[in-house]
Amino acid sequence: MTRIFVPRDALAVSVGADDVAAALREACPDLVIVRNGSRGMAWLEPLVEVETPDGRIGYGPVTKADVPGLLAAGLLHGAAHAKRIGRPEDVPFIARQTRVTFARAGITDPVCLADYRAHGGLVGLTRALGMSQAEIIDDVVKSGLRGRGGAGFPTGIKWKTVQAAQAPQKYIVCNADEGDSGTFADRMVMEGDPFLLIEGMAIAGLAVGATRGYVYLRSEYPHAITAMNQAILGARAENVLGPSLMGSNRAFDMEVRVGAGAYVCGEETSLLDSLEGKRGQVRAKPPLPALSGLFGCPTVVNNVLSLAVIPDVLRPGGAAAYQALGVGRSRGTMPVQLAGNVARGGLFEVPFGITLGELVMDVGGGTATGRPVRAVQVGGPLGAYFPPSLFDTPFDYEAFAARDGLIGHGGIVVFDDSVDMARMARFAMEFCAVESCGKCTPCRIGSTRGVEVIDRIIAGDIGQLRLLEDLCETMKFGSLCALGGFTPYPVMSAVQHFPEDFRPQHAMAAE
Amino acid sequence: MQLVSGSDVSARTVEIIAPFLSLEGPAMPMIHAVQAAFGFVPEASVPVVAQALNLSRAEVHGLVSFYHDFRHEPAGRTVLKLCRAEACQALGADRVAAHAGARLGIGWHQTTPDDAVTLEPVFCLGLCAAAPCGMVNGRTVARLDAARIDAILDECS
Repeated sequence: MTRIFVPRDALAVSVGADDVAAALREACPDLVIVRNGSRGMAWLEPLVEVETPDGRIGYGPVTKADVPGLLAAGLLHGAAHAKRIGRPEDVPFIARQTRVTFARAGITDPVCLADYRAHGGLVGLTRALGMSQAEIIDDVVKSGLRGRGGAGFPTGIKWKTVQAAQAPQKYIVCNADEGDSGTFADRMVMEGDPFLLIEGMAIAGLAVGATRGYVYLRSEYPHAITAMNQAILGARAENVLGPSLMGSNRAFDMEVRVGAGAYVCGEETSLLDSLEGKRGQVRAKPPLPALSGLFGCPTVVNNVLSLAVIPDVLRPGGAAAYQALGVGRSRGTMPVQLAGNVARGGLFEVPFGITLGELVMDVGGGTATGRPVRAVQVGGPLGAYFPPSLFDTPFDYEAFAARDGLIGHGGIVVFDDSVDMARMARFAMEFCAVESCGKCTPCRIGSTRGVEVIDRIIAGDIGQLRLLEDLCETMKFGSLCALGGFTPYPVMSAVQHFPEDFRPQHAMAAE
Repeated sequence: MQLVSGSDVSARTVEIIAPFLSLEGPAMPMIHAVQAAFGFVPEASVPVVAQALNLSRAEVHGLVSFYHDFRHEPAGRTVLKLCRAEACQALGADRVAAHAGARLGIGWHQTTPDDAVTLEPVFCLGLCAAAPCGMVNGRTVARLDAARIDAILDECS
């Protein structure tokens, strides 16, 4: 029986994958249609794959209207067609990657536990069940893994703190509130390989002595919510979660909690308050969540991508293999997300160290509109704008920091030469004003004043640039969390690298 | 639905929130469930949730008003959310939003006079490699342009 793969990934579905699947089912009722995750080649979605003796053959982007023609051309045998791309793993975009976290995404049926096992799943959890807490944490430390949410804090050290804390109840909280524009790697893990996150959280639970976990998942991700809930039910049914993990008599269980559209809940302490049923306002630190987190209990708060690395790190030899990748203090791989005005957007997992220019120009192929690249924003709405003159910057936490930028969650948003950087700077302040939790003054008031100051600059009062700089200093050093504290990055990088956009229009006309 | 009386809403709210009472941190799941049932969070539901959680009405009101997702009044029959974030802006989200607003004759957070469509901004749906994107009554849509907006709005008029 021929198997055909049509992704259930939100991006694929948003551009018609469900319609394509329905059209295939109608035309060939006997077909086995697997709703896989996405391979991460967004420009080819919906990417339909068919199993043939020569491997899986891809066709994309496929529309509902293409289906009769594709079937007539011999789709089910992998025959020639204008939209045939050959084997997806041979496409340069995939062939150039080092897929660790995304090794299975797009290949397996994401909610089929048997498929997960057949593709190397549960090896890490099985090994961890035979190890002491200190041994598990030692592996995580040795892997060199740093938090993928943006802060880059060593994951093993955080776990050690939680493990050492004495408390009757501890928690594993997965931060899946991926609100940064230009990022979607968390979403793709949860939709494309949800058991990976479950396994990572279960291992974290064993390592620190936590028996309960929560995935705080944003409401903007309905497909991820569905996939995670399906996978959790499947895992529970086969004792991958529950009172006796894989028959070990050691317990761990978890559930999904859905956010409600507040960007600031991606900040770990607001997230904890939201989980507790409060307004998602930032807490002052200390105390650290590791010691006093959810309901005041010691809590590991890790990003989806950090937890999704854990099963690989815990397989035999995994920590050393992961540590061997990357550069400097940035070890392992980063699932980079190419987005915005880019010819070949999507998910590109690669060891740290590749340059920004290689990612944008070689991998991404420049802009989708065909116009010159003028700016890229790296690391979400709180990340700096870089001009092409900084394209030699290696993708690495320290290298970006040295150039007043950040890699954040690994999203790169590309803009062509039609972008107005003063408007983007204004938008950064406006976004901060909309999303500020209101707890601290520099963020709550500063963002609104920032919009006003930039409006005056745009109107021609260039003397206000000094004031903007002052305001950004205050926000950077006076805010409680990264929302107010990092909003100056996009604002000041726009001013620094694109000063011409802040000159008054009338002055430019007079020149 | 919006014509039911306050006491009906209260009674219904008691039923809606009952399954969540045993959860840790039940407030958010409760309010989500209330909104799913009524289409918004009715004023009369607030004291019911407050009493169940041993909170003040002000605290529950503060919770409801903090989160962008929770509504205080019913939305139009179709809720069109359009992404305003950077990646979508890079491919013309502003133009797409302006087109939708002009065709509907409304701005952000407004509903057409016939209650057909509510237009709302959203900041990132994670479809940033297929920008601009949006959401129509919970269904995600991507690679939007003026023509696709017209097709979507034709369906709901």
